[in-house]
Amino acid sequence: MWNWTYAMSIIPPLLQALKVTVSATLVAFAIAMFGGLLLALCRRSRFKPLSWIAGAVVEFIRSTPLLVQLYFIFYVLPLYGLSLSPFAAGVLGLGLHYSAYMSEVYRSGIEAVPRGQWEASTALNFTKVQTWIRVVLPQAVPPVVPVLGNYLIVMFKETPILSAITLVEMLQKAQILGSESFRYLEPFTIIGLLFLIVSYPSSILVRRLETRLNRK
Amino acid sequence: MTIEITLLSAIVAFLAAFIAGLARLSKNIPIRWITAIYVEFFRGTSLLVQLFWLYFALPMFGVSLPPLIAGVLALGLNYGAYGSEVVRSSILAVPKGQYEAGVALNMLPSQRMRLIILPQALSMMLPGLGNLLIELLKGTSLVSLITLSDLTYQAMILRATNFRTTAIFSLLLVLYFIMAYPLTLGVRWLERRASAGRL
Repeated sequence: MWNWTYAMSIIPPLLQALKVTVSATLVAFAIAMFGGLLLALCRRSRFKPLSWIAGAVVEFIRSTPLLVQLYFIFYVLPLYGLSLSPFAAGVLGLGLHYSAYMSEVYRSGIEAVPRGQWEASTALNFTKVQTWIRVVLPQAVPPVVPVLGNYLIVMFKETPILSAITLVEMLQKAQILGSESFRYLEPFTIIGLLFLIVSYPSSILVRRLETRLNRK
Repeated sequence: MTIEITLLSAIVAFLAAFIAGLARLSKNIPIRWITAIYVEFFRGTSLLVQLFWLYFALPMFGVSLPPLIAGVLALGLNYGAYGSEVVRSSILAVPKGQYEAGVALNMLPSQRMRLIILPQALSMMLPGLGNLLIELLKGTSLVSLITLSDLTYQAMILRATNFRTTAIFSLLLVLYFIMAYPLTLGVRWLERRASAGRL
Protein backbone atom coordinates (compact mmCIF):
# COMPACT_ATOMS: atom_id res chain seq x y z
CA MET A 1 0.00 0.00 0.00
CA TRP A 2 2.67 2.44 1.10
CA ASN A 3 5.53 2.47 -1.39
CA TRP A 4 8.77 3.57 0.27
CA THR A 5 10.85 3.99 -2.88
CA TYR A 6 8.16 6.16 -4.40
CA ALA A 7 7.82 8.13 -1.18
CA MET A 8 11.56 8.76 -1.10
CA SER A 9 11.62 9.80 -4.72
CA ILE A 10 8.99 12.52 -4.24
CA ILE A 11 10.51 14.09 -1.15
CA PRO A 12 13.01 16.35 -3.01
CA PRO A 13 10.38 17.97 -5.28
CA LEU A 14 8.06 18.43 -2.29
CA LEU A 15 10.83 20.11 -0.32
CA GLN A 16 11.35 22.42 -3.29
CA ALA A 17 7.67 23.28 -3.11
CA LEU A 18 7.98 23.82 0.64
CA LYS A 19 10.28 26.72 -0.21
CA VAL A 20 7.50 28.33 -2.24
CA THR A 21 5.08 27.75 0.62
CA VAL A 22 7.43 29.28 3.17
CA SER A 23 8.32 32.29 1.05
CA ALA A 24 4.64 32.94 0.28
CA THR A 25 3.92 32.76 4.01
CA LEU A 26 6.69 35.18 4.90
CA VAL A 27 5.83 37.76 2.24
CA ALA A 28 2.14 37.56 3.10
CA PHE A 29 2.98 37.89 6.78
CA ALA A 30 4.98 41.05 6.09
CA ILE A 31 2.01 42.48 4.18
CA ALA A 32 -0.35 41.50 6.98
CA MET A 33 1.87 43.03 9.69
CA PHE A 34 2.02 46.31 7.84
CA GLY A 35 -1.56 46.30 6.59
CA GLY A 36 -2.87 45.33 9.99
CA LEU A 37 -1.07 48.19 11.65
CA LEU A 38 -2.35 50.60 9.02
CA LEU A 39 -5.93 49.40 9.48
CA ALA A 40 -5.63 49.60 13.26
CA LEU A 41 -4.33 53.17 13.04
CA CYS A 42 -7.02 54.20 10.55
CA ARG A 43 -9.63 52.73 12.83
CA ARG A 44 -8.48 54.92 15.67
CA SER A 45 -8.34 58.02 13.50
CA ARG A 46 -10.38 60.95 14.70
CA PHE A 47 -11.51 61.58 11.12
CA LYS A 48 -14.77 59.61 11.27
CA PRO A 49 -15.17 58.51 7.63
CA LEU A 50 -11.67 57.03 7.65
CA SER A 51 -12.23 55.06 10.83
CA TRP A 52 -15.63 53.97 9.58
CA ILE A 53 -14.21 52.72 6.27
CA ALA A 54 -11.41 50.86 8.03
CA GLY A 55 -13.97 49.22 10.31
CA ALA A 56 -16.13 48.19 7.37
CA VAL A 57 -13.14 46.77 5.49
CA VAL A 58 -12.12 44.69 8.50
CA GLU A 59 -15.65 43.36 9.02
CA PHE A 60 -16.08 42.52 5.37
CA ILE A 61 -12.74 40.75 4.97
CA ARG A 62 -13.30 38.76 8.15
CA SER A 63 -16.78 37.68 7.09
CA THR A 64 -15.91 36.29 3.68
CA PRO A 65 -13.80 33.23 2.83
CA LEU A 66 -10.18 33.63 1.84
CA LEU A 67 -10.73 31.35 -1.14
CA VAL A 68 -13.36 33.64 -2.65
CA GLN A 69 -11.21 36.70 -2.02
CA LEU A 70 -8.35 34.98 -3.83
CA TYR A 71 -10.59 34.17 -6.79
CA PHE A 72 -11.67 37.79 -6.83
CA ILE A 73 -8.11 39.09 -6.89
CA PHE A 74 -6.94 36.53 -9.41
CA TYR A 75 -9.86 36.50 -11.84
CA VAL A 76 -11.57 39.89 -11.48
CA LEU A 77 -8.70 42.34 -11.20
CA PRO A 78 -7.17 41.34 -14.58
CA LEU A 79 -10.40 42.51 -16.23
CA TYR A 80 -9.55 45.99 -14.97
CA GLY A 81 -5.99 45.87 -16.23
CA LEU A 82 -4.28 44.57 -13.11
CA SER A 83 -2.84 41.19 -13.99
CA LEU A 84 -1.05 39.48 -11.13
CA SER A 85 1.02 36.32 -11.18
CA PRO A 86 -0.37 33.51 -9.05
CA PHE A 87 2.31 34.16 -6.45
CA ALA A 88 1.63 37.90 -6.27
CA ALA A 89 -2.14 37.44 -6.19
CA GLY A 90 -1.87 34.71 -3.57
CA VAL A 91 0.45 36.64 -1.33
CA LEU A 92 -1.64 39.77 -1.67
CA GLY A 93 -4.88 37.94 -0.89
CA LEU A 94 -3.44 36.07 2.07
CA GLY A 95 -1.75 39.22 3.37
CA LEU A 96 -4.89 41.35 3.08
CA HIS A 97 -7.08 38.69 4.65
CA TYR A 98 -4.87 38.41 7.69
CA SER A 99 -4.23 42.12 7.99
CA ALA A 100 -7.90 42.37 8.95
CA TYR A 101 -7.36 39.83 11.71
CA MET A 102 -4.10 41.42 12.81
CA SER A 103 -5.60 44.88 12.99
CA GLU A 104 -7.75 43.55 15.84
CA VAL A 105 -4.64 42.23 17.55
CA TYR A 106 -2.89 45.58 17.26
CA ARG A 107 -6.03 47.28 18.45
CA SER A 108 -6.11 45.22 21.63
CA GLY A 109 -2.45 46.06 22.18
CA ILE A 110 -3.05 49.77 21.64
CA GLU A 111 -6.05 49.77 23.95
CA ALA A 112 -3.98 48.14 26.67
CA VAL A 113 -1.58 51.10 26.78
CA PRO A 114 -2.52 53.08 29.90
CA ARG A 115 -4.24 56.37 29.35
CA GLY A 116 -1.60 58.21 31.35
CA GLN A 117 0.92 57.47 28.59
CA TRP A 118 -1.14 59.48 26.12
CA GLU A 119 -1.57 62.29 28.58
CA ALA A 120 2.13 62.29 29.36
CA SER A 121 3.00 62.69 25.69
CA THR A 122 0.54 65.56 25.41
CA ALA A 123 2.15 67.12 28.46
CA LEU A 124 5.58 66.72 26.86
CA ASN A 125 4.26 68.48 23.77
CA PHE A 126 4.88 65.50 21.48
CA THR A 127 3.36 65.66 18.03
CA LYS A 128 0.87 62.97 17.08
CA VAL A 129 3.45 61.07 15.05
CA GLN A 130 5.97 61.22 17.87
CA THR A 131 3.35 60.01 20.33
CA TRP A 132 2.59 56.98 18.18
CA ILE A 133 6.14 56.09 17.25
CA ARG A 134 7.94 56.85 20.49
CA VAL A 135 5.37 56.20 23.18
CA VAL A 136 2.36 54.13 22.18
CA LEU A 137 3.59 51.59 19.66
CA PRO A 138 6.73 50.54 21.60
CA GLN A 139 4.39 49.60 24.45
CA ALA A 140 1.53 48.25 22.38
CA VAL A 141 3.38 45.87 20.07
CA PRO A 142 5.65 43.68 22.28
CA PRO A 143 2.77 42.20 24.36
CA VAL A 144 0.97 41.07 21.21
CA VAL A 145 4.02 39.46 19.58
CA PRO A 146 2.95 35.91 20.57
CA VAL A 147 -0.48 36.47 19.02
CA LEU A 148 1.17 37.72 15.85
CA GLY A 149 3.37 34.62 15.94
CA ASN A 150 0.27 32.45 16.14
CA TYR A 151 -1.10 34.17 13.08
CA LEU A 152 2.14 33.44 11.25
CA ILE A 153 1.55 29.74 11.89
CA VAL A 154 -2.10 30.01 10.89
CA MET A 155 -1.09 31.70 7.65
CA PHE A 156 1.44 28.99 6.96
CA LYS A 157 -1.33 26.43 7.25
CA GLU A 158 -3.62 28.45 4.98
CA THR A 159 -1.16 28.58 2.08
CA PRO A 160 -2.52 25.36 0.48
CA ILE A 161 -5.54 27.44 -0.50
CA LEU A 162 -3.25 29.29 -2.90
CA SER A 163 -3.14 26.09 -4.94
CA ALA A 164 -6.67 26.99 -6.06
CA ILE A 165 -5.28 29.91 -8.04
CA THR A 166 -2.69 27.67 -9.68
CA LEU A 167 0.29 28.55 -7.47
CA VAL A 168 2.54 25.51 -7.36
CA GLU A 169 3.09 25.27 -3.62
CA MET A 170 3.22 22.05 -1.65
CA LEU A 171 -0.35 20.89 -2.10
CA GLN A 172 -0.41 21.66 -5.80
CA LYS A 173 2.93 19.89 -6.23
CA ALA A 174 1.57 16.87 -4.37
CA GLN A 175 -1.45 16.83 -6.62
CA ILE A 176 0.68 17.02 -9.74
CA LEU A 177 2.89 14.20 -8.50
CA GLY A 178 -0.20 12.20 -7.60
CA SER A 179 -1.79 12.62 -10.98
CA GLU A 180 1.41 11.54 -12.70
CA SER A 181 1.63 8.27 -10.83
CA PHE A 182 -1.98 7.75 -9.69
CA ARG A 183 -0.62 7.42 -6.18
CA TYR A 184 -2.10 10.06 -3.93
CA LEU A 185 -1.42 8.43 -0.59
CA GLU A 186 2.30 9.16 -0.36
CA PRO A 187 2.37 12.78 -1.56
CA PHE A 188 -0.56 13.89 0.58
CA THR A 189 0.69 12.07 3.65
CA ILE A 190 4.17 13.51 3.26
CA ILE A 191 2.97 17.09 2.92
CA GLY A 192 0.70 16.60 5.92
CA LEU A 193 3.74 15.52 7.92
CA LEU A 194 5.81 18.39 6.54
CA PHE A 195 3.17 20.86 7.70
CA LEU A 196 3.19 19.26 11.12
CA ILE A 197 6.99 19.24 11.29
CA VAL A 198 7.15 22.96 10.60
CA SER A 199 4.11 24.20 12.48
CA TYR A 200 4.29 22.16 15.68
CA PRO A 201 7.76 23.27 16.79
CA SER A 202 6.88 26.84 15.85
CA SER A 203 3.78 26.72 18.00
CA ILE A 204 5.85 25.45 20.92
CA LEU A 205 8.27 28.31 20.32
CA VAL A 206 5.42 30.82 20.38
CA ARG A 207 4.06 29.31 23.59
CA ARG A 208 7.48 29.62 25.20
CA LEU A 209 7.70 33.23 24.08
CA GLU A 210 4.30 33.82 25.62
CA THR A 211 5.22 32.42 29.03
CA ARG A 212 8.41 34.44 29.01
CA LEU A 213 6.52 37.64 28.24
CA ASN A 214 3.97 36.87 30.94
CA ARG A 215 6.68 36.50 33.52
CA LYS A 216 7.96 40.02 32.89
CA MET B 1 -25.64 23.17 0.04
CA THR B 2 -23.22 25.50 1.81
CA ILE B 3 -25.63 25.79 4.73
CA GLU B 4 -26.19 22.04 4.77
CA ILE B 5 -22.46 21.37 4.91
CA THR B 6 -22.01 24.01 7.59
CA LEU B 7 -24.72 22.46 9.76
CA LEU B 8 -23.55 18.88 9.30
CA SER B 9 -19.92 19.68 9.99
CA ALA B 10 -20.91 21.91 12.89
CA ILE B 11 -22.59 18.89 14.48
CA VAL B 12 -19.52 16.72 13.91
CA ALA B 13 -17.27 19.49 15.17
CA PHE B 14 -19.41 20.06 18.24
CA LEU B 15 -19.34 16.38 19.17
CA ALA B 16 -15.62 16.10 18.46
CA ALA B 17 -14.92 19.24 20.49
CA PHE B 18 -16.82 18.00 23.52
CA ILE B 19 -15.48 14.47 23.44
CA ALA B 20 -11.91 15.61 22.88
CA GLY B 21 -12.19 18.50 25.32
CA LEU B 22 -13.44 16.25 28.10
CA ALA B 23 -11.07 13.42 27.19
CA ARG B 24 -8.09 15.75 27.51
CA LEU B 25 -9.07 16.39 31.10
CA SER B 26 -9.49 12.70 31.82
CA LYS B 27 -7.42 11.05 34.53
CA ASN B 28 -6.69 8.16 32.20
CA ILE B 29 -3.28 8.85 30.66
CA PRO B 30 -3.66 6.83 27.40
CA ILE B 31 -6.98 8.60 26.64
CA ARG B 32 -5.39 11.96 27.32
CA TRP B 33 -2.47 11.12 25.07
CA ILE B 34 -4.59 9.90 22.19
CA THR B 35 -6.75 13.00 22.23
CA ALA B 36 -3.71 15.24 22.53
CA ILE B 37 -2.31 13.61 19.41
CA TYR B 38 -5.62 14.02 17.59
CA VAL B 39 -5.88 17.69 18.53
CA GLU B 40 -2.26 18.57 17.77
CA PHE B 41 -2.37 16.67 14.52
CA PHE B 42 -5.46 18.39 13.20
CA ARG B 43 -4.36 21.78 14.45
CA GLY B 44 -0.85 21.33 13.11
CA THR B 45 -1.74 20.46 9.55
CA SER B 46 -3.77 22.44 7.13
CA LEU B 47 -7.51 21.94 6.63
CA LEU B 48 -7.15 21.71 2.87
CA VAL B 49 -4.48 19.04 3.17
CA GLN B 50 -6.74 17.03 5.49
CA LEU B 51 -9.58 17.41 3.04
CA PHE B 52 -7.47 16.20 0.14
CA TRP B 53 -6.06 13.39 2.19
CA LEU B 54 -9.51 12.10 3.08
CA TYR B 55 -10.74 12.46 -0.47
CA PHE B 56 -7.75 11.37 -2.55
CA ALA B 57 -5.46 9.33 -0.30
CA LEU B 58 -7.93 7.33 1.75
CA PRO B 59 -9.29 5.42 -1.28
CA MET B 60 -5.84 3.82 -1.44
CA PHE B 61 -6.80 1.96 1.73
CA GLY B 62 -9.98 0.83 0.05
CA VAL B 63 -12.14 3.41 1.86
CA SER B 64 -13.78 5.57 -0.77
CA LEU B 65 -15.69 8.44 0.73
CA PRO B 66 -18.20 10.42 -1.29
CA PRO B 67 -17.25 14.13 -1.44
CA LEU B 68 -19.97 15.18 1.01
CA ILE B 69 -18.82 12.78 3.71
CA ALA B 70 -15.16 13.60 3.17
CA GLY B 71 -15.90 17.32 3.34
CA VAL B 72 -18.05 17.11 6.45
CA LEU B 73 -15.59 14.81 8.16
CA ALA B 74 -12.57 16.99 7.41
CA LEU B 75 -14.28 20.21 8.42
CA GLY B 76 -15.85 18.64 11.49
CA LEU B 77 -12.67 17.00 12.76
CA ASN B 78 -10.56 20.07 12.04
CA TYR B 79 -12.79 22.59 13.76
CA GLY B 80 -13.57 20.01 16.43
CA ALA B 81 -9.88 20.01 17.33
CA TYR B 82 -9.91 23.79 17.68
CA GLY B 83 -13.19 23.63 19.57
CA SER B 84 -11.83 21.08 22.02
CA GLU B 85 -9.34 23.68 23.22
CA VAL B 86 -12.20 26.10 23.84
CA VAL B 87 -14.10 23.42 25.77
CA ARG B 88 -11.03 22.46 27.76
CA SER B 89 -10.05 26.00 28.71
CA SER B 90 -13.63 26.88 29.70
CA ILE B 91 -13.89 23.86 31.96
CA LEU B 92 -10.55 24.72 33.54
CA ALA B 93 -11.74 28.30 34.02
CA VAL B 94 -14.56 27.22 36.34
CA PRO B 95 -13.31 28.15 39.83
CA LYS B 96 -11.81 25.33 41.84
CA GLY B 97 -14.19 25.98 44.70
CA GLN B 98 -17.02 24.74 42.53
CA TYR B 99 -15.37 21.34 42.18
CA GLU B 100 -14.74 21.23 45.89
CA ALA B 101 -18.34 22.14 46.64
CA GLY B 102 -19.41 19.26 44.39
CA VAL B 103 -17.18 16.90 46.34
CA ALA B 104 -18.47 18.25 49.62
CA LEU B 105 -22.04 17.59 48.54
CA ASN B 106 -21.05 13.99 47.88
CA MET B 107 -21.85 14.16 44.18
CA LEU B 108 -20.61 11.57 41.73
CA PRO B 109 -17.97 12.85 39.28
CA SER B 110 -20.56 12.60 36.49
CA GLN B 111 -23.12 14.58 38.50
CA ARG B 112 -20.49 17.16 39.35
CA MET B 113 -19.63 17.62 35.71
CA ARG B 114 -23.23 17.68 34.49
CA LEU B 115 -24.85 19.75 37.21
CA ILE B 116 -22.15 22.13 38.33
CA ILE B 117 -19.23 22.45 35.96
CA LEU B 118 -20.79 22.25 32.50
CA PRO B 119 -23.58 24.79 33.03
CA GLN B 120 -20.99 27.34 34.08
CA ALA B 121 -18.42 26.39 31.48
CA LEU B 122 -21.00 26.41 28.71
CA SER B 123 -21.70 30.11 28.96
CA MET B 124 -17.97 30.77 28.78
CA MET B 125 -17.60 28.54 25.73
CA LEU B 126 -20.35 30.07 23.66
CA PRO B 127 -18.48 33.06 22.23
CA GLY B 128 -15.47 30.91 21.39
CA LEU B 129 -17.56 28.22 19.74
CA GLY B 130 -19.54 30.88 17.89
CA ASN B 131 -16.36 32.31 16.43
CA LEU B 132 -15.41 28.83 15.28
CA LEU B 133 -18.81 28.44 13.65
CA ILE B 134 -18.09 31.55 11.58
CA GLU B 135 -14.71 30.15 10.60
CA LEU B 136 -16.41 26.89 9.73
CA LEU B 137 -18.90 28.64 7.47
CA LYS B 138 -16.07 30.30 5.61
CA GLY B 139 -14.13 27.04 5.59
CA THR B 140 -16.91 25.33 3.65
CA SER B 141 -15.81 27.24 0.55
CA LEU B 142 -12.86 24.83 0.44
CA VAL B 143 -15.06 21.81 -0.25
CA SER B 144 -15.63 23.21 -3.73
CA LEU B 145 -12.08 22.01 -4.41
CA ILE B 146 -13.12 18.38 -3.93
CA THR B 147 -15.92 18.83 -6.45
CA LEU B 148 -18.71 19.31 -3.92
CA SER B 149 -21.22 21.70 -5.46
CA ASP B 150 -21.43 24.34 -2.76
CA LEU B 151 -21.83 28.06 -3.30
CA THR B 152 -18.27 28.64 -4.47
CA TYR B 153 -18.35 25.66 -6.82
CA GLN B 154 -21.57 26.85 -8.42
CA ALA B 155 -20.03 30.27 -8.89
CA MET B 156 -17.06 28.74 -10.69
CA ILE B 157 -19.40 26.82 -12.99
CA LEU B 158 -21.46 29.93 -13.73
CA ARG B 159 -18.30 31.79 -14.48
CA ALA B 160 -17.21 29.12 -16.95
CA THR B 161 -20.51 29.36 -18.81
CA ASN B 162 -21.20 33.08 -19.00
CA PHE B 163 -17.91 34.84 -18.16
CA ARG B 164 -19.50 37.56 -16.05
CA THR B 165 -16.63 37.19 -13.64
CA THR B 166 -16.94 40.48 -11.78
CA ALA B 167 -20.64 40.15 -11.07
CA ILE B 168 -20.38 36.53 -10.01
CA PHE B 169 -17.49 36.92 -7.62
CA SER B 170 -18.81 40.15 -6.15
CA LEU B 171 -22.15 38.50 -5.51
CA LEU B 172 -20.39 35.51 -4.01
CA LEU B 173 -18.52 37.74 -1.54
CA VAL B 174 -21.74 39.51 -0.63
CA LEU B 175 -23.58 36.23 -0.11
CA TYR B 176 -20.95 34.91 2.26
CA PHE B 177 -20.98 38.22 4.06
CA ILE B 178 -24.75 38.06 4.47
CA MET B 179 -24.46 34.59 5.97
CA ALA B 180 -21.51 35.28 8.24
CA TYR B 181 -22.23 38.76 9.52
CA PRO B 182 -25.39 37.93 11.50
CA LEU B 183 -23.35 35.20 13.18
CA THR B 184 -20.66 37.75 14.05
CA LEU B 185 -23.26 40.04 15.56
CA GLY B 186 -24.76 37.10 17.44
CA VAL B 187 -21.40 36.15 18.90
CA ARG B 188 -20.84 39.72 20.02
CA TRP B 189 -24.22 39.75 21.68
CA LEU B 190 -23.38 36.52 23.47
CA GLU B 191 -20.07 37.95 24.59
CA ARG B 192 -21.74 41.00 26.04
CA ARG B 193 -24.38 38.91 27.71
CA ALA B 194 -21.83 36.50 29.17
CA SER B 195 -19.80 39.32 30.67
CA ALA B 196 -22.80 41.29 31.94
CA GLY B 197 -23.47 40.78 35.62
CA ARG B 198 -20.02 39.36 36.15
CA LEU B 199 -16.72 40.94 37.03
